[in-house]
Amino acid sequence: MSGHSTFEPKNPALKWFESRLPLVGLIHSSFVAYPTPRNLNYWWTFGGILSLMLVCQIVSGVVLVMHYTPHVTLAFDSVEHIMRDVSWGWLIRYIHANGASMFFIAVYIHMFRGLYYGSYKAPREVLWILGCIIYLLMMATAFMGYVLPWGQMSFWGATVITNLFSAFPVVGPTIVEWLWGGFAVDNPTLNRFFSLHYLLPFMIAGVVVLHVWALHVVGQNNPTGVEPKSEKDTVPFTPYATIKDGFGMVCFLIFFAWFLFYIPNYLGHADNYIPANPLVTPAHIVPEWYYLPFYAMLRAVPDKLGGVLTMFGAIIVLFFVPWLDTSKVRSAAYRPLYKQFFWIWVAVCIGLGWLGSKPAEGGYVIAGRILTIYYFAHFLIILPLLGLFEKPKAIPASITEAVLGKNKGAAPASAGVSAPQTKG
Amino acid sequence: MQLEALEGRVDRGLAFARLFRAGRSNFGPTQACRGSGQGMRGKETIVASTETAGTTRRDFLYLATGAMGGIGAAALVWPFVSQLQPDASVLALSSTEVDLSQVAEGQMITVKWRGKPVFVWNRTPDDIAKSKATEISVLLDPVARNANLPLDALATDENRAAEGEGHEKWLVVIGICTHLGCVPIGHMGEYDGWFCPCHGSEYDSAGRVRRGPAPENLAIPPYHFVSDTKISIG
Amino acid sequence: MSNTMSFRSSLLRPLAVASLVIGLAVPALAAEGAPKPSREDWSFAGPFGKFDRAQVQRGFQVFKEVCASCHSAHLLAFRNLAQPGGPEFSEAQVKAVAEGYQVQDGPNDAGDMFDRPGRLSDRWPSPFPNEQAARASNGGAFPPDFSTLAKARTYEVGFPGFLIDIVRQYQEQGPDYIHALLNGYKEPPEGFNLPEGAHYNAFFPGHAIKMPQPISDDQVTYTDGTPQTVDQYSRDVTAFMMWLAEPHLETRKRVGFQVMIFLIIFAGLLYFTKKKVWKSVEH
Repeated sequence: MSGHSTFEPKNPALKWFESRLPLVGLIHSSFVAYPTPRNLNYWWTFGGILSLMLVCQIVSGVVLVMHYTPHVTLAFDSVEHIMRDVSWGWLIRYIHANGASMFFIAVYIHMFRGLYYGSYKAPREVLWILGCIIYLLMMATAFMGYVLPWGQMSFWGATVITNLFSAFPVVGPTIVEWLWGGFAVDNPTLNRFFSLHYLLPFMIAGVVVLHVWALHVVGQNNPTGVEPKSEKDTVPFTPYATIKDGFGMVCFLIFFAWFLFYIPNYLGHADNYIPANPLVTPAHIVPEWYYLPFYAMLRAVPDKLGGVLTMFGAIIVLFFVPWLDTSKVRSAAYRPLYKQFFWIWVAVCIGLGWLGSKPAEGGYVIAGRILTIYYFAHFLIILPLLGLFEKPKAIPASITEAVLGKNKGAAPASAGVSAPQTKG
Repeated sequence: MQLEALEGRVDRGLAFARLFRAGRSNFGPTQACRGSGQGMRGKETIVASTETAGTTRRDFLYLATGAMGGIGAAALVWPFVSQLQPDASVLALSSTEVDLSQVAEGQMITVKWRGKPVFVWNRTPDDIAKSKATEISVLLDPVARNANLPLDALATDENRAAEGEGHEKWLVVIGICTHLGCVPIGHMGEYDGWFCPCHGSEYDSAGRVRRGPAPENLAIPPYHFVSDTKISIG
Repeated sequence: MSNTMSFRSSLLRPLAVASLVIGLAVPALAAEGAPKPSREDWSFAGPFGKFDRAQVQRGFQVFKEVCASCHSAHLLAFRNLAQPGGPEFSEAQVKAVAEGYQVQDGPNDAGDMFDRPGRLSDRWPSPFPNEQAARASNGGAFPPDFSTLAKARTYEVGFPGFLIDIVRQYQEQGPDYIHALLNGYKEPPEGFNLPEGAHYNAFFPGHAIKMPQPISDDQVTYTDGTPQTVDQYSRDVTAFMMWLAEPHLETRKRVGFQVMIFLIIFAGLLYFTKKKVWKSVEH
């Protein structure tokens, strides 16, 4: 994936094979010889962690399907059958349920890292957009997966979210009926969601391949935002990045295991242990935590269609970040103002998440409106203007210079004479 | 020099250590191999000189880490393989009871036990006589295949039919052809027992294979008489 | 009785059901103003939590003699009562319990369903054949199934408690709530408008619960000298319900500890390997 391979097999059999299909060469050039910036910090291990989580979800999911029954009368009991009777079924089911949350924790850190270090800027726009597509697919997959246990939250979550589409004029009600395959969420809905929940992860895997390909074409960004200029600036992926990623993954697995083994229902909802009842809505409907910021935005807008458009807009705007950010400097490390606005924006996202878990009344709605407006202002007003008015700090001439400067305890060396960052 | 180092490792069979040693000598401090980066040279020399002293310790660290990873991966695989076995609810499925009072002489009924068909046949005296007259030496499979008897019991009619006073007319066999798992058809074939429609195996009136590709006699499940007119299979 | 009549009418049923939300033991977050259940000292809480065998056995006794007359537990099989990690009755004891119940089987050769004594593989027989029958016998309220109930109830913890609970590994809100509910029957305060057929409970959302106080002191006779109080009964039955909702809890925590130890050692080894690999590269 990184073009020309330096791999030359010695073994005659391998030589024969490589001249027909250079598979080992591809792996070698992508995951062994591939040059990575030497100054990557641990926030860069989340790409590897996400790959691990995707594999984890697909493998545990495929196994769960061996025991699960997608039918309204049997779904809940078949999940409990997995929890009670299947050998190690409780472990596999909890891996899958908590793994979804872990996947989102990792993807949010990955996205925040990209936004902080300007990893979306030229020439990485396509890489960024592919990432946004993966995020959208993940949201769809997680939503449909949450419906499958057919508990109260599954059912009412499905009802509320599918009803979003009824906001569209004229065609809305028809779209919703087609999504349901009936006049309410019922067995046909469960079956199609099951089918799509199985399909989408493989689409995610496909886009991940494109994402990694795009990454290997343009190379990784790094904390300085300065492109590698010579071989000195990089180290080979193996063993340097592999061992670091491995360490990051195992640390992440410790965090995962904490939830998985000790508080496996913490991130879920108690109501989902009540079988779905189409006649009774739970007192307090809340989506899974990873949708909460968007849920808060949905409820912040008093108009039904407006709310839906705002919610979708909050994700769509991410696709345009490469062009909304007008700054010539990539990394927030050299952008004193952006750095502050970035952390304010992170706080706003967390605030929206908290509001999403609160009932839609009184002060919560007003706070939700203010934060929603700020969320959009960050992308549509602050980002474009910052690039014009912000005075960036001096940028190091190269990665190596930044690293050596830091380790000598001095300020980034050769201040002022920095070469302009390659952009566009 | 790198090659020599590599071969030395191969001899010692330390595959994992070799991987990392190769990595280190090929790529590590990039400058050393690629002849650039004057600034890093001094440091590189120091690394090289400590290499000999540190080799065992480093190899051990790499080996220990690799071994831990291997153990972890193997342990993780187990739950995913283990879930394939019959689950607790399947294992707990108990026996099937069959009421024999409704089975007339000569009649053959099929009941389901653990998802498999079981044939229960009330044999006529003629069936029994024919079966008893068959010499063990002409059988394709001389072993009884009776779960209620020792493994090496011979396939005599006594060992195939039900045990006990007045029970010998009852033949209880799992209705699955021992060739490739089809269900044979009763009262068919040259030997008055069963005929398998899939590949033409034929069984006699004691469920013993007499012709065709099937290698074994029809298996007899574990069962016992609850009363004279009722058996419990399993 | 008028309630029962309206439930027989299929036309009125949806309306009636909607109007009886209070009777449905709607769980989740306690209504505004309701006191928060107190956190109890559960033997199964925490990283090394285990069920107290004797307690779960007593809890089963309370369930069998009191709760089971109205509440089902359709995911409970008799064999579960003998499996490791639960009440761990002997197989003979459980067989005796199972044989005390008639279980519907069939159809037989004549095409009829018939009753036979229970076996280990049978599920716990439900007190009512269906939800409608349960409602008809309980003044319109549906006694919830016990199978997952201890995980299906909770109360709001609030900030920063919900973050502290991650570190403390506390997720026993369900048992806390059930214990509080069973001890929460009181005289309604002045001016509280209690609907007919409902009872006042300090911890029930909305306070008007259809279930009358289910148990009183000395109602169940313990043979091991444990005090026969409502508080003790409720603790015991809650422990049983938690096991019923999470039968592999002990295995989960035991395996979890092993996995944690493994991961921490592995992370340590990777850290030092990483340091060695990166030793000569400043970064």
